[in-house]
Amino acid sequence: MRNVAWKWGGGSVAILVAIVIFIVPFTFIVFTAGKTQAEASFLEFSWPTEWVFFENIVTVLQNRDWLLVRAFFNSTVLTVGAVAIMVVLGAMVGYVLQRRKSRWNPLVNTLVLAGLIIPPAVVPTIWVLQGLGLFKTLIGLIAVHVAFGLSFCILLFRAFVATIPRELDEAAIIDGAGPVKLFFRVIFPLLRSVIVTVIVVQAVFVFNDFTYALYFLPGDENATVQLTTFNYISQSVSSFNLLFADVLLITIPPLIMYIFFQRQIVAGMTSGAVKG
Amino acid sequence: MTTATATGRTATGRTATSPPKPGRRKPMKSPYPTWFFIPAGVFYVVLFLVPTIASFYFSLTRWTLFDVEFIGFDNFIRFFQEPQLVTGFINTFIYAFLTSGAKVVFGLLFGVLLSSQIIGRGFLRATIFFPVLVSTIGVGILFKVLMDPFDGPINESLAVLGIEGPAWLTDPSIALLSVALVDIWKGVGLATLIYIAGMVAIPQEYYEAAKVDGAGAWNNFRHITLPLLRPATVTVVLLSLIGGLRSFDLIWAMTGGGPGFTSDVLASVIYKQYQAGFFGLSTAGNVVLFLVVAAIIFPLSWWLNRKEADQ
Repeated sequence: MRNVAWKWGGGSVAILVAIVIFIVPFTFIVFTAGKTQAEASFLEFSWPTEWVFFENIVTVLQNRDWLLVRAFFNSTVLTVGAVAIMVVLGAMVGYVLQRRKSRWNPLVNTLVLAGLIIPPAVVPTIWVLQGLGLFKTLIGLIAVHVAFGLSFCILLFRAFVATIPRELDEAAIIDGAGPVKLFFRVIFPLLRSVIVTVIVVQAVFVFNDFTYALYFLPGDENATVQLTTFNYISQSVSSFNLLFADVLLITIPPLIMYIFFQRQIVAGMTSGAVKG
Repeated sequence: MTTATATGRTATGRTATSPPKPGRRKPMKSPYPTWFFIPAGVFYVVLFLVPTIASFYFSLTRWTLFDVEFIGFDNFIRFFQEPQLVTGFINTFIYAFLTSGAKVVFGLLFGVLLSSQIIGRGFLRATIFFPVLVSTIGVGILFKVLMDPFDGPINESLAVLGIEGPAWLTDPSIALLSVALVDIWKGVGLATLIYIAGMVAIPQEYYEAAKVDGAGAWNNFRHITLPLLRPATVTVVLLSLIGGLRSFDLIWAMTGGGPGFTSDVLASVIYKQYQAGFFGLSTAGNVVLFLVVAAIIFPLSWWLNRKEADQ
């Protein structure tokens, strides 16, 4: 009896609270993005009397000579580039780190942990990027994301490689595969499930990143979507409908990722919960 | 990148040429070449390790765009003398410990709730986790509007209930706490999922055995669930502390460190000093942040993991 009461009563209360606390704020974004400028300025949580949703979206996209569209392009290049490099290089390190007991391992393990914990020194990083001629370039930002994100990838890959039997490596070696072929032809394809996890988690992280873009790719013209959205705050104080249309647009890519890859995202982000 | 491929070629070249020499063949070259570390290492060393080490030198200088002048510990002395910078230093601790503590408590609460047999579990888990994935800037903009002291929906709703809502982000005494509240709102989903993963790993036999011994719900929680969730707690505490101590974007989007500098934290001080052109002072802030993070995280993780091994 108590269980049934808990199941339905507790569940209903929890759903109600979750709707108020989590769903209502997101609905507010959608409603406000659908209002006219005059109506949006009241900041009310209400159904728009007149839906001008698509007009608002188009206005935001066209704003300042398609700035947001270019920003979306930059963010896409940044995300794809950084994540692709991270996955390949991280898998290589995680694989060798797990398979071979060399005297480098303690050092590499320490550096991986350091990369997870230590906050990056931003101004000296700018100094290095300037020396390389990569400051304020998309390539520079990609490289920075790779450097800061590798540690997380290596940890996940190392843990997963441990589940692949060594007999497989030996069979491939007997068949004459060299180290490069062994890794890219045999091991790498077997890492698929963890690769998907790493890709989605890091893609969401890189796409949502604001801090590194602010430091290493500042400005407005060549910026990422997070930066243009942030700059939009100061420009559109009076037109909340457009501001929220912008917020809605940058929320959509992570939402799509979440719908398709919920399991992998959850697996990646909670990894280590059981092992500690 | 180029050095990496070059080394790669020589390494494979050597393995290809060595077999013909009879007798000199040492144990076969490992199929797991160490040069696999090199490409990743180049990124890591050039863009993470070198700047981190360089920061210790630059923090001791007066550094502008044009020149570097060694001034000893002046930056650090200044850091702990100017009230504005000291506020940022103290706020970092308040913010990190508050958000971390709240995420542990609420994460555990929701984790236990969402592991029990209630309707709508899948919906609840998805709902609570989604804010984790939304851009921090988007969340910051959203709550800046929701928390508007006059027209904001939060205060208008409270007014309907007869409560006069505070001036969330414009009242100097609670601005930092308001941002921390939003940080908790955004991050509690991750803590919850970590706890759920921990709950799943607890064998049901323990509960069955406890049932035979006549244990109630509270005893189950106190003596089985809580101790066995320790690894999950360690993860939540460490993750949220590391994130909390470094956090910047939410604060920057919501208050910009204001009103005045009452909601500044180390990360926002670093950015402000950088913007003002005080690169040396900014880097000193970075070194302070580094030391704070290291001084908290390393002993804490050692202590938490040791206790775990003892049990």
